[in-house]
Amino acid sequence: MTPAVMAMHGWRIHALTGDDAWTIATAACAAVACAVLGCFLVLRRMSMLGDAISHAILPGIVAAFIITSSRGVLPMLVGATVVGVLTAVFSRAIHRWGRIPEDAALGVVFTSLFALGVMMIAWVPRDVDLDPGCVLYGLLEFVSLDRVVVLGVEVPRALTWLAGTLLVVVGVVWAGYKELKVVSFDPGLAASLGISVALVHYVFLGMVAATTVVSFEAVGSILVIVMLIAPAAAAHLLTDRLAAMIWISVALAVSSSVVGYVLALWVDTSAAGMISVVSGGQFAAAMLLAPRHGLVSKALGRAALAFRISREDVLGILYRWHERRGRGDPGAPPTTREISRAIGGAVLTQLAVRSLRSRGLAQSDSGGLRLTEDGLRAASGIVRSHRLWETFLAQRLGLPVDHLHEPSHRVEHFITEDLQRSLHRDLGTATDPHGSEIPRSASSSSSPSSSPSSSPASDPRPGGVG
Amino acid sequence: MPLAPTRSSTFPGAGEEVSSPDGLSGTVPRGIAVEVHDVTVAYQRKPVLWDVDVSIPTERLVAIIGPNGAGKTTLLKAILGLVPLASGDIRILGMPPRKARPFVAYVPQRESVDWDFPVSAMDVVLMGRYGRLGWFRRPGRKDREAAVAVLDQVGMADLAGRQISQLSGGQQQRVFLARALVQEARLYFMDEPFAGVDAATEKAIVLLLQRIRASGGTVVAVHHDLQTVPEYFDHVVMLNTRLVASGPTASAFSPENLHRTYGGRLTLLDQAMEAVRRSATPGASE
Repeated sequence: MTPAVMAMHGWRIHALTGDDAWTIATAACAAVACAVLGCFLVLRRMSMLGDAISHAILPGIVAAFIITSSRGVLPMLVGATVVGVLTAVFSRAIHRWGRIPEDAALGVVFTSLFALGVMMIAWVPRDVDLDPGCVLYGLLEFVSLDRVVVLGVEVPRALTWLAGTLLVVVGVVWAGYKELKVVSFDPGLAASLGISVALVHYVFLGMVAATTVVSFEAVGSILVIVMLIAPAAAAHLLTDRLAAMIWISVALAVSSSVVGYVLALWVDTSAAGMISVVSGGQFAAAMLLAPRHGLVSKALGRAALAFRISREDVLGILYRWHERRGRGDPGAPPTTREISRAIGGAVLTQLAVRSLRSRGLAQSDSGGLRLTEDGLRAASGIVRSHRLWETFLAQRLGLPVDHLHEPSHRVEHFITEDLQRSLHRDLGTATDPHGSEIPRSASSSSSPSSSPSSSPASDPRPGGVG
Repeated sequence: MPLAPTRSSTFPGAGEEVSSPDGLSGTVPRGIAVEVHDVTVAYQRKPVLWDVDVSIPTERLVAIIGPNGAGKTTLLKAILGLVPLASGDIRILGMPPRKARPFVAYVPQRESVDWDFPVSAMDVVLMGRYGRLGWFRRPGRKDREAAVAVLDQVGMADLAGRQISQLSGGQQQRVFLARALVQEARLYFMDEPFAGVDAATEKAIVLLLQRIRASGGTVVAVHHDLQTVPEYFDHVVMLNTRLVASGPTASAFSPENLHRTYGGRLTLLDQAMEAVRRSATPGASE
């Protein structure tokens, strides 16, 4: 970084001026309007439509420009909204009549319209300034230069338009909230209730188009596209309620505007670009950290599962040693090293053994490890699941005996007591296909050496079955 | 008695004063719930329903059956006014479909919606009240109470606050049924209400349908499982693009009609024959 740039930072970062505040307010208005609409776009799986409309409106803007030969917002707004809604109408018609997938139809329509717009710019008189570049990046840094007086206060002209748009968007979504909700969730039901799906659809698309065009001059279409998708998609990961999703997306939109603008001042770059990057960062953070749908919580869930499985595997191995000993085999109890060689994963095995010890399920015995009474009870459930499943595979699916262990070893961790009971009832046997005893349910038996009775009817203990 | 498809549009008996539960009242003729007259529906100029002419009586549980692509769902949607008719005319309770909306509830196929949508079971049920609320009005306390009551009726009161993707298939179907019940309609149109539900839910749904019939309602359901037709439904509409037969299950659900509906599809026919045989055995059906 050169000293000159550093100096510039020092000059700017300590004083957010009134102009900066106006600029942030302008960006935030655009961001919030886009985020609110974006929630419904994302939920209706129409996110691409925001992208498409923001490009396709170009010929509408240029046409308005040529016809009125002015850069007034109103004619552009009308031209762009008309073309924006036409984009949706055309792509739907092409999809329906041309038998082309909806996304392909949309792609064809918006790229063609955008190209048409680029072509039409050449017909604009040379002396007027219309720069395709500013359509993409916007001129956020300059919005505070063009001011109008509203109620005695000088505010940026762009802000008046964006605030008005935001009011309309919030007003329409608030008033028609239940209609938007039901049309987005279940258009068939909405139609059967007498709610006009087409009307809701086109009013909504009209708002997307209008917001896009009002926003694009100030913030550029890249920021518009990001704001239509990122805050809504992040909010969707963070909550399970529509109203909460909208509020969260609004909070994300506002915070990314503020943070993005300040960061842009700091590293001296395009404000719209930095706001978009911050918004993308918010989405990435949500994807990682969201409580239920996030990658981190899913990874933690998987780790907890792996830990439980290796604990249960250790229990299973120790239980089988107790069984062998019950039959008179004098072998020493297995060591942690032997166990980890058997089940794989040294670290996980160490942790599992430590956890079993601290829960009082296992204890040291002549250099190795043995189960306590509680440990035997817990382990018998696992082995019961394993052998019941082996029996099921052999009896019902006719799998050969040497193919039973592997699948049962995987499934044993997921067999509930209910399933154990019904398997036991259905299979009606006390030994697995290898001839080993199937331990009884944990509540009725503990010792692996107790000999089983061959039929439930002859079981002397009450509650021995089920 | 075999009920032949009728072309007549006169209703048996004079109109009778019926008031709907939400206070709307009008002269609703009893006897015929839906009159479908010469209806043709086409998608991309290919006819899906061809000249269908059928009338459905009230206070019946009616199954629409037929092979895949027979136009079963389309017939349901045509009756509800969700697809445009190429020709023909439909009356619901003697009214044009648009006017009959307050009396009609619709349960779409479960796969037709996105279950990841951020709403709770309660929210979904409340959507059933949107029709009577009209534009812009929010559901109020009475609507909530009604929603709680129907959720209780389908055994879902405990899960009212759950986001809908965290419900099992059977529970999702129960939520859809609760949403239809909360509309307090007289006519219920259901698209495969038994598809992909567990045995307990299937039983619960059957009881619910019978309760609807007992309180004077009519259910028209697209149904796939031929074996359960005689047990669950007392009227069938057999469809294969054209109407094959329609009438009380006892007479219309016959091997000949099944053969005409399903053509040579052997496995299906076997199922059906089995069903016919069981329904002929006293005590096999209720």
